[in-house]
Amino acid sequence: MARLKLPSNSKVESGKTHRAPPGATNVRRFIVYRWAPDEGSNPRTDSFEVDLDECGPMVLDALIRIKNEVDSTLTFRRSCREGVCGSCSMNIDGVNSLACTTPIRAVKGAVKIFPLPHLPVVKDLVPDMKRFYAQYASIKPWMRAVTPPPPDRERLQSPEDRDRLDGLYECILCACCSTSCPSYWWNGDRYLGPAALLQAYRWISDSRDETSGERLDDLEDPFRLYRCHTIMNCTRACPKGLNPAKAIAEIKKMMVVRQL
Amino acid sequence: MPDAYPITEHTYDVVVVGAGGAGLRATLGLAARGLSTACVTKVFPTRSHTVAAQGGMSAALGNMGEDDWRWHMYDTVKGSDWLGDQDAIEFMCREAMPAVLELEHYGVPFSRTEDGRIYQRPFGGMTTRYGEGIAQRTCAAADRTGHAILHTLYQQSLKHGAEFFIEYFALDLLMDDAGACRGLLAWDLDTGAVHRFRAHAIVLATGGYGRTYFSCTSAHTCTGDGNAMALRAGLPLQDMEFVQFHPTGVYGAGCLITEGVRGEGGFLTNSAGERFMERYAPNAKDLASRDVVSRSMTIEIREGRGVGPLDDHLHLHLEHLQSDVIEKRLPGISETAQIFAGVDVTKEPIPVLPTVHYNMGGIPTNVHGEVVTSKAGDQEVLVPGLLAIGECACVSVHGANRLGSNSLLDIVVFGRAAAERCAELITPGESHPPLPGDSEARALESFDRFRHARGSRPTASIRLDMQRIMQNNAAVFRTGEVLEEGCRLIDDCRATMEDVKVSDRSLVWNSDLVETLELDNLIRQAVVTMHSASHRTESRGAHAREDFPERDDANWLKHTLCWLRNGTAPEFGYRPVHLETLTNDVQSFPPQQRTY
Repeated sequence: MARLKLPSNSKVESGKTHRAPPGATNVRRFIVYRWAPDEGSNPRTDSFEVDLDECGPMVLDALIRIKNEVDSTLTFRRSCREGVCGSCSMNIDGVNSLACTTPIRAVKGAVKIFPLPHLPVVKDLVPDMKRFYAQYASIKPWMRAVTPPPPDRERLQSPEDRDRLDGLYECILCACCSTSCPSYWWNGDRYLGPAALLQAYRWISDSRDETSGERLDDLEDPFRLYRCHTIMNCTRACPKGLNPAKAIAEIKKMMVVRQL
Repeated sequence: MPDAYPITEHTYDVVVVGAGGAGLRATLGLAARGLSTACVTKVFPTRSHTVAAQGGMSAALGNMGEDDWRWHMYDTVKGSDWLGDQDAIEFMCREAMPAVLELEHYGVPFSRTEDGRIYQRPFGGMTTRYGEGIAQRTCAAADRTGHAILHTLYQQSLKHGAEFFIEYFALDLLMDDAGACRGLLAWDLDTGAVHRFRAHAIVLATGGYGRTYFSCTSAHTCTGDGNAMALRAGLPLQDMEFVQFHPTGVYGAGCLITEGVRGEGGFLTNSAGERFMERYAPNAKDLASRDVVSRSMTIEIREGRGVGPLDDHLHLHLEHLQSDVIEKRLPGISETAQIFAGVDVTKEPIPVLPTVHYNMGGIPTNVHGEVVTSKAGDQEVLVPGLLAIGECACVSVHGANRLGSNSLLDIVVFGRAAAERCAELITPGESHPPLPGDSEARALESFDRFRHARGSRPTASIRLDMQRIMQNNAAVFRTGEVLEEGCRLIDDCRATMEDVKVSDRSLVWNSDLVETLELDNLIRQAVVTMHSASHRTESRGAHAREDFPERDDANWLKHTLCWLRNGTAPEFGYRPVHLETLTNDVQSFPPQQRTY
């Protein structure tokens, strides 16, 4: 039976407020989702006032400042801080993006920061990404070719064929796209989601790979591929400017063409 | 107390620690050879810092003009200011061609030439005919080569069914009384449980420790955990005074702008708009090796020719490059410059500054990646059961200064070599002798002490002190006085770890504790770096002493070894530089004056 209310232990409560240090003039409020498995309490949002004059320009800079100066228990993933490792993906001001490349000034008013939506939360802003990674592995994202490579040189690939990988191989597996997709929210157990499908298309498009047919066979399924309803949130969310929706559309087109 | 931490046991033939390029290449090689292999990593593999490498991977393929691995070897020896071991450098440069072809066969999306071969670009210090011309040797996937290689290696690991323990933080090596490495203790962040891995070999592939400095291109996770574990196991680190400053970090943010920009025709200017590198390196100009360019930039700024309101940085130009070069070859840094400097690279120069980038020093190893130490006068004593590869290792192929695009090469070549060596030494499924009963006690005690640390100094405040000291006292140029002060300051800073304050007592994803353990690791390496720098009274490669401006081959053509045991001052030793080559296919390059 449909459950119309969230269970009581998932109700997000209002947490602590940390005021800016006295004398701060350029203050911005950050409202941050908090939950720790060992506390046995409901999730809450803590409010942190940060003096932007004492802080770097990006949302990640603010989170690090809060962790360093105010509350060292605040937990989030981060690594490269330049938008290439995909660790600090989170929901900022209602949009999935990387904290390290999202400028604070791009957000109006209080900056609301939540974990990526519709993933189990491990702690604070750290979601459990295991299923997302398993879906990536399930599309067999590696070169599959029957023809052995030449022993003493590279497989040749024309610049034009190589160009077809641009916009595909740059994916950083941050999951901003998949976790912004309503269809993935409802059917994330069976629908592969835009990130995995973008990578499937990356290999289908690679002139060196010889298993496009098998790759399409593996996707020929009402859920794995066809739960994409062209909502296009994925493309809107991608912090690297990639277009998973187009890649999915191309796969669907190939499915049709090979029936003809 | 150890009873408070129930331990989950694992037994493997080999355990690899770290899942960057070196760790993954080793992991997939081991898995492919039928050894039961676990790869333990504190971040998901594609988040490792290899992902941020931009410019490319060197290999004398000769796709874009004549080339020879011997020229590559010469360049690397010269780049290392003759501190590199020539047998190891020969091995790396010869293996470069099959290594890059193997990566292509794995599916790395390299950029291509018109005839479909791997595209290669010029890079600093890479020449033809022993310094005569400029070589095009650096194999590139646009300016995202590290990303392309790391993802491909992870994909190959999936293909070979390698086992990963992801978001496990390595606590310590388990050593037996005879000094052999027998396993690893790690903490699973996801569940909070402690795991003990027994293995016939542990391969450390834990990367560099750039985060000892305030401003670096390194990721937050570059904390040199493997180096610190080696120190705690009573092993020395080698050549830690050699810290590479990359000439072009974005001013302020510190993000990397690849040397490939200059390889594609970009150049640096000072406040007068002058291409000052022509003065310092008349032949190679902007493509001189990194230590040379970083020193030249520092002199320009120091002499008042910096740009910006504070005259404290310089300009990197690529506005003059054709738009398709920028679009096709340098899309990533265009994005980085836009985001972190607000610069449209087709219209304005990028503000840049020399920024800490790479650690030439690390755990001493032989050419197979096996860890060596010095004991009772023997300088080549193997440490059974322990290997090290990649930035955490000091083979040494980079000597006193690494050439750009030699690190992606290093990780792949020695990742593969380590896997091969393990396959030679270990029969799959061999039984494990029992571990000494209390092997994990010391590591757990330390873990528990930090977890409950109730001092007065938050981790972040000690870390900031350490980073400021390193930035100020172990910079591009060094003097005895500044280094001695640095030694005092960093020793005091190390002592404040006794007063550290951790607020989070939990075990699941306790990132406060992770950062504290990382700081404990960093600060040991900071101490070793500062003291090693103070110890070496000459200028060589990245170590530029103003009080000893010349290279001193008579006294210092040797590797520094530095031990740091708990509660004691650093102790020093030396290893000879291997001037001999591995085979007779090439002759040794005797030390010469180094100019570009």
